[in-house]
Amino acid sequence: MNFAVIQFPGSNCDQDCVAGINSIDGLHADYVWHKETSLRDYDAIVLPGGFAYGDYLRCGAIARFSPIMEAVINEARSGKLVLGTCNGFQVLCEAGLLPGALVRNRSLRFICDLVTLRVEVQDSAFTHGLAEGTLLRMPIAHGEGCYFADDKTLRELNDERRVIMRYANDCGEVVAEANPNGSIENIAGICNREGNVFGLMPHPDRACDVRLGSADGVKIFESMMQTILARHARAA
Amino acid sequence: MTRAEPTTDPKITPELVAKHGLTPQEFERIKKILGREPNFTELGIFSVMWSEHCSYKNSRLELKKFPTTGQNILVKAGEENAGVVDIGDGWAIAFKMESHNHPSAIEPFQGAATGVGGIIRDIFTMGARPEFCLNSLRFGPIEAGSARGADRTPQRGIPTEHRQKQIAANRRLFAGVVSGIAHYGNCIGIPTIGGEIYFDESFEGNPLVNVFCLGVLRHDQLARGAARGVGNPVFYVGAETGRDGLAGAAFASRELTEESKEDRPAVQVGDPFKEKLLLEACLELLASDAVAGIQDMGAAGLTCSTCETASRGGSGIEIDLAKVPKREPGMTPYEILLSESQERMLIIAKRGKEKIVREIFDKWDVPWAEIGRVTDDGMMRVRNNGSVAAEIPAKPLADEAPLYSREAKRPTADYADKTDLIQKLSASSAKSAVEILRQLLRDPTIASKNWVYRQYDHTVRTGTIVKPGSDAAVFHIKYANKILAATSDCNSLYCSLDPREGAKIAVAEAARNLTCSGANPLAVTDNLNFGNPYKPENFWQLREAVEGAAEACRAFGTPVTGGNVSLYNESPAGVVDPTPTIGMVGLIEKEELVTTQWFQNEGDEIVLVGSGMGFQPMSHRQDADATAMMLGGSRYLKVCHGLKIGPPPRVDLEHEIKIQHAVRDLIRNGWVKSAHDCSEGGLAVAIAESCFNPNERFGAHVDLSRSDGFPAVMDELTAGKPSLLDVCVALFNESQSRIVISVAPENLDNAIALLKDAAVPFHHLGKVGADKLEIKVGDEKLSWPIADLYDDWWNSIRRLVESDSGAEGIPSL
Repeated sequence: MNFAVIQFPGSNCDQDCVAGINSIDGLHADYVWHKETSLRDYDAIVLPGGFAYGDYLRCGAIARFSPIMEAVINEARSGKLVLGTCNGFQVLCEAGLLPGALVRNRSLRFICDLVTLRVEVQDSAFTHGLAEGTLLRMPIAHGEGCYFADDKTLRELNDERRVIMRYANDCGEVVAEANPNGSIENIAGICNREGNVFGLMPHPDRACDVRLGSADGVKIFESMMQTILARHARAA
Repeated sequence: MTRAEPTTDPKITPELVAKHGLTPQEFERIKKILGREPNFTELGIFSVMWSEHCSYKNSRLELKKFPTTGQNILVKAGEENAGVVDIGDGWAIAFKMESHNHPSAIEPFQGAATGVGGIIRDIFTMGARPEFCLNSLRFGPIEAGSARGADRTPQRGIPTEHRQKQIAANRRLFAGVVSGIAHYGNCIGIPTIGGEIYFDESFEGNPLVNVFCLGVLRHDQLARGAARGVGNPVFYVGAETGRDGLAGAAFASRELTEESKEDRPAVQVGDPFKEKLLLEACLELLASDAVAGIQDMGAAGLTCSTCETASRGGSGIEIDLAKVPKREPGMTPYEILLSESQERMLIIAKRGKEKIVREIFDKWDVPWAEIGRVTDDGMMRVRNNGSVAAEIPAKPLADEAPLYSREAKRPTADYADKTDLIQKLSASSAKSAVEILRQLLRDPTIASKNWVYRQYDHTVRTGTIVKPGSDAAVFHIKYANKILAATSDCNSLYCSLDPREGAKIAVAEAARNLTCSGANPLAVTDNLNFGNPYKPENFWQLREAVEGAAEACRAFGTPVTGGNVSLYNESPAGVVDPTPTIGMVGLIEKEELVTTQWFQNEGDEIVLVGSGMGFQPMSHRQDADATAMMLGGSRYLKVCHGLKIGPPPRVDLEHEIKIQHAVRDLIRNGWVKSAHDCSEGGLAVAIAESCFNPNERFGAHVDLSRSDGFPAVMDELTAGKPSLLDVCVALFNESQSRIVISVAPENLDNAIALLKDAAVPFHHLGKVGADKLEIKVGDEKLSWPIADLYDDWWNSIRRLVESDSGAEGIPSL
């Protein structure tokens, strides 16, 4: 199964994403340069972390105009799985594929740490087989990771069960002390209404090896693989 | 305001020569090299190339004392931008440390950021992919009430208004430098995984910012900074040249004064995004066999890169300034040549392969221009729209700067014999040993640096096996399947008391930190931070430190592969403590050997490898004076009494090596759960830090006066109630060559047998416990809840830095 990892100028987790995905049996990842225009040959698309275009103007604000983004948007509309982590999440928000915005951390400082995430929705395309309440450990590394949405959007996200993960403490409680960046309602990851576009601030790509502290990120990529396999089976 | 363009170059006068930092003798030498008077542009070129920063004219003779050869060394110190060391299986590492002290002093954010950018360029210029950075930082005190010399206020603890301002300024510098490093490193995507930070009055107004970067390459990818092949085209790639950083190298070669703020234009502005593109484009190009030579434009910019590549290649080089991409119109040749705009490289392409260069840089949207050719006449010739702006023989310019051996004089200040004072202070101290340990753990120099390293992306590139906070950072290079350990060390306080011994200890401690992580030390990069070399006391410190470090590097078999010298580190308040920072890299043979400083399991046995009192002849110990002297140079005296006195600890290199060998053998046998060296704060701090496992805190029960067949840490403490001085000496003396390890109970006998076989002194101290640290010294039983110690240590810096910003109330993770 082939995953495309988009390389924007300034992406710096592209190599981590490719290495992480390639370490999983059954998955293969290719770099796709941002000046390309087609993603037809891929089963899923990953927008990696980093500082696309230096995060100038606003995180993700310039990257959304890269040539590849037209293909990303078209493939997303057609139902293909799209995962944006960290900077990729910001790009997805700027491109209008996900609602809300990621603003400066509450501390006004960049923060790099290992956090605990609580799975809020089981059997989403990205949390296949993970029971609600499952706790995952993943690194974060961002200066603008504070998720914000207006009241109406927030209500929709909650009502439609589109908040896939929240920051939690080690007991799985979604509490203020466990919120690293001030995200509204501890939101760490959300999906679109159709459920095929997922933005996640923490880094599953940096959690694919227990030696580095956690291999929980593998579960996200494997879940994507299972979702795609199930779709193929349905289509056949 | 627009600036008036000089229509003609100024006339060369003795005043102008002096203003360029050149002596009359140096000017004569220039005239001899040229066979005529230099023009204004040429004077500028000589001024930067012969500045201390570029030519090392006052330190090079000393640097020759370092050992630089070894079987692993592929590129020696001074040959290229960075040294290269073989790590086996066709892989090599390039690493180096460089300072950005002066720029950071007047513009902390950009000064530190461009320091990171500069060292990263040095590494990928070698054809290596930069994998991680460390940094070694020094600032003035950040805690209220800390005093500098005469400013010490009579009312204890109440800082004068002036002090408060200074402390606020120190905090701003500290916070600014940290966010500058974070800004550049995080954006470019190279993890900052370790380093060290000290706070001391001597660094007030002149912080030290030393940045280390390491990259990995295959032997056959090694790129050279030489202009070879007559007729080969010279490409300029990267950011446009602007007026920023004009003559920064010359600025870095002066003392800082009240007027230094005026030099802010000499500080460059960095753009990590541009450097990221430049890095990827250069590595892609270097993989293509289209490059004959490559050199980054760092200090002295275009000037340095052109004459150095020509000098190394034994060739000449000719460039046309009209073709150089510029940020603004109307720049003079002088300005273009001396600009230190960041993110630029000079590439000598192979003739006929220009198209590859153009295509790759177009792909990455990095500006490029073909600006000249390699020639065969040995001249660096600079044209500007047809006319010749400068014409200088490249080799004399790049390599034949005058070399000086300055006068060296041992300072007269007596800093050794303060025994009485130490005894009196310790006896009269109102504080208990319980409070002293907490105070030491709160000392910003000892306290956890999490406020700093959590602002650095330390997990990008997915190789960080041991994160910041342990003795050495450990990084796995996936594609080469190699595990590297790296550390930077220097106790500036020891060096101020005895630069030779302090420098030896810096090397020994670096090696010890690597040993504790499970690594074998490989090689060293150094960053020598000293004052104005024209002052004999400063030059004496430099010479002593170099000789001490050289001796230790020889003993450990770790050659120096390169580094940086930063002199003139003086503010109006005085000279900095001498700081020969040692960056050391080691290799860990296999994953199972990776070891951290943190206790792992309750019930494990704690053993101190090394003598409780360091390496001291027995006769000394009986003497009360000598006991007090063991506190010389300690953090205890500095933090609790505000004193920087006494002889610092000494290191016996042979003994140190024996200790380290023994610990490495223990690790190799799989018996070591944790290993932590004793450094600032002595044994008590080392044990407390071992308890602070990031995953789960432990306690410890330790007896320094054991009678179960194991030797006591202090013989004289085996019975009776010890004096406070004795307790402080036992807990806080900083004698060297000591490592606290923990082993599973079933391996204790094996470990002890190995230590006995190796004839290494050791003490069985006690056991890893639950939630209390308990230390027994004679009849004195001391106890601390681990949660309290941890809170002191973990939150100290955050509380100090954020105390005046009102951010304290924000829960931050």
